[in-house]
Amino acid sequence: MNIHEFQAKQLFAKFNISIPIGMMADTSDSAISVAKKLGGNGWVVKAQVHAGGRGKVGGVKVANSIEEIAVLSDEMLGKQLVTIQTGSKGLPINALLIERLYEIKNEYYLGILVDRSTEKIVFIASKEGGVDIELVANQSPEKIMRVTIQPAAGLQAYQCREIAYGLGLKGLRIKELTSIMNGMYNLFMAKDASQIEINPLIETNDGKLIALDAKINFDDNAILLHQDILEMKDSTQEDYKENYAQKYGLNYITLEGNIGCMVNGAGLAMATMDLVKLKGGAPANFLDVGGGTDVNKVSEAFKLILSDETVKAVLVNIFGGIVQCDIIAKGILSAIEQMNITVPVVVRLEGTNVEQGRALLSNTEYNIFPADNLMHAAEQVVALAEAA
Amino acid sequence: MSILIDKHTKLICQGFTGKQGTFHSIQTLEYGTQLVGGVTPDRGGEFHLGLPVFNTVHEAVVHTNATASVIYVPPFYAADAILEAVDAGIKLIVCITEGIPILQMLRVKAAMAGTDVLLVGPNCPGVITPGECKIGIMPGKIHLPGSIGIVSRSGTLTYESVHQTTQQGLGQSTCVGIGGDPIHGMTFVDVLKRFQEDDQTKGIVMVGEIGGSEEEDAAEFIEAYVTKPVVAYIAGQTAPQGKRMGHAGAIVTGGKGTAKGKIAALKKAGVEVCVSPTDIGITMKSCMS
Repeated sequence: MNIHEFQAKQLFAKFNISIPIGMMADTSDSAISVAKKLGGNGWVVKAQVHAGGRGKVGGVKVANSIEEIAVLSDEMLGKQLVTIQTGSKGLPINALLIERLYEIKNEYYLGILVDRSTEKIVFIASKEGGVDIELVANQSPEKIMRVTIQPAAGLQAYQCREIAYGLGLKGLRIKELTSIMNGMYNLFMAKDASQIEINPLIETNDGKLIALDAKINFDDNAILLHQDILEMKDSTQEDYKENYAQKYGLNYITLEGNIGCMVNGAGLAMATMDLVKLKGGAPANFLDVGGGTDVNKVSEAFKLILSDETVKAVLVNIFGGIVQCDIIAKGILSAIEQMNITVPVVVRLEGTNVEQGRALLSNTEYNIFPADNLMHAAEQVVALAEAA
Repeated sequence: MSILIDKHTKLICQGFTGKQGTFHSIQTLEYGTQLVGGVTPDRGGEFHLGLPVFNTVHEAVVHTNATASVIYVPPFYAADAILEAVDAGIKLIVCITEGIPILQMLRVKAAMAGTDVLLVGPNCPGVITPGECKIGIMPGKIHLPGSIGIVSRSGTLTYESVHQTTQQGLGQSTCVGIGGDPIHGMTFVDVLKRFQEDDQTKGIVMVGEIGGSEEEDAAEFIEAYVTKPVVAYIAGQTAPQGKRMGHAGAIVTGGKGTAKGKIAALKKAGVEVCVSPTDIGITMKSCMS
């Protein structure tokens, strides 16, 4: 799960990580009064959306006067912000974070995440802050520092010093960094985060370390353990279909093609998308209906897929292992009947009682095309989508 | 010989009296697996499916001499169940449970370091040696005793591979679903090593997917040590960046863990990589003749 920058900064404050002085606004009037309250003569106006790359597309701007605050907040609020991470529709800007402007001496990168290959938590840091860290990692890996945390020992002070010296910090800054890293580690462990990033972590002209930006992702598997985090969820920042799917225990991801896919199992669902693409089609979604496929789940899955009007044909691919194919076929038929589905539906069934299942699906009054194998099914659905 | 399990393997089930545990234990017994009992705290002394129920894994091991355990307990209790099995002296733990928090799995793996206990999963279909022993949720009927070792991160793609190798008349020596979570037990390399050393296994099917770097590690291992033919398929070639594709571990981040990179590494190691998941059986067949 993702949260907004301002929410991440609230958590930072609780864990003693220094953040800029700032406040939220959701109208230009409130933006003006917030800026006045914050004082000074320069502010940063930051669009609160669940995506990175905001700065490059006008989602983060500097205002040098109250008039500019008014203009910028009017411009931003209510708009869809399209960044490199959002897809073509973008995400709505419903709120702004207004912060005091700081004079920056240095910018660093500091992150913490689970490293899959070592199965340990690692800190990653770089002197190259404020830029795309993945780019730095690819182009000049020598500029990336890592420290690995031993699970039984936790984060040690020497590891913080190592990062501090690597970043070129001296004196009091070393203590400050140690406190920031401890805060990040404690937050990570306490809230089951999967990644925390500060990019950039700045050293101000008057020599303080501040988390200018904040990004936290949480482990979806643990989210039910953290009611406070769950309450931060902002569904306006998420695909409505993905939200709907979550409610019914379906794994759904919106893609940009016109062939709806309904599959049991995540691996097979990915493989089905790949096969559709290989045959010249474009999948409209990833959808794993999971094990225990019943009529209800199939109906909800159809609803989800067909709520997208660009879908011209649907491919159902079910490997009936323990659930029998004839029972699945009945489920599909009743869902199609109940929902009055008119787009062509290609069905590939395999597994126990497959003949009975296919027999049930052929010779119906519906627009159903039973396929005898997966390759054939993919070819057929691509042809039907093209013809529509 | 097969790997990991055979007809002599004695199995217990943790979460035995629950809905999942009951349903799959019935299938497991029907398949002929030596399921000798189960564990559900506070239900010790009862009988379930004609088998004894114990309060603790330790008690179950003492009374049944089981060496393997299958876990069906809910996600927030599964880490505890794995560690209880380790503590009780179980040597092979198969964890079916999906949705265990990653930090809990990190602690489990750290606690298991240095022991000789094997963990398969979590978030996996389990392990089967056709005709001898089935541990997990896979449909028994599609399997055929034979010569192909199958290892996969995905349940349903394991079934696809099984189905296709059965149709080609090759059959399977052992099938291992290593699971779709980022932090898990046995890896591709752990299983490939055993297939290479197993006489019954003549060819290997490996099914990977996006995310992580285990396929790349496997490619290196295959190049150096595996002499048997290996056929691979990698799912997720069309998956978008930064989206978790059903499995917690199936995610491409920062350009890392792509299908393209994995396919290139496997090809370089001399592995026959199928473009389509429908070609797994036929490709294996042509490698074997």
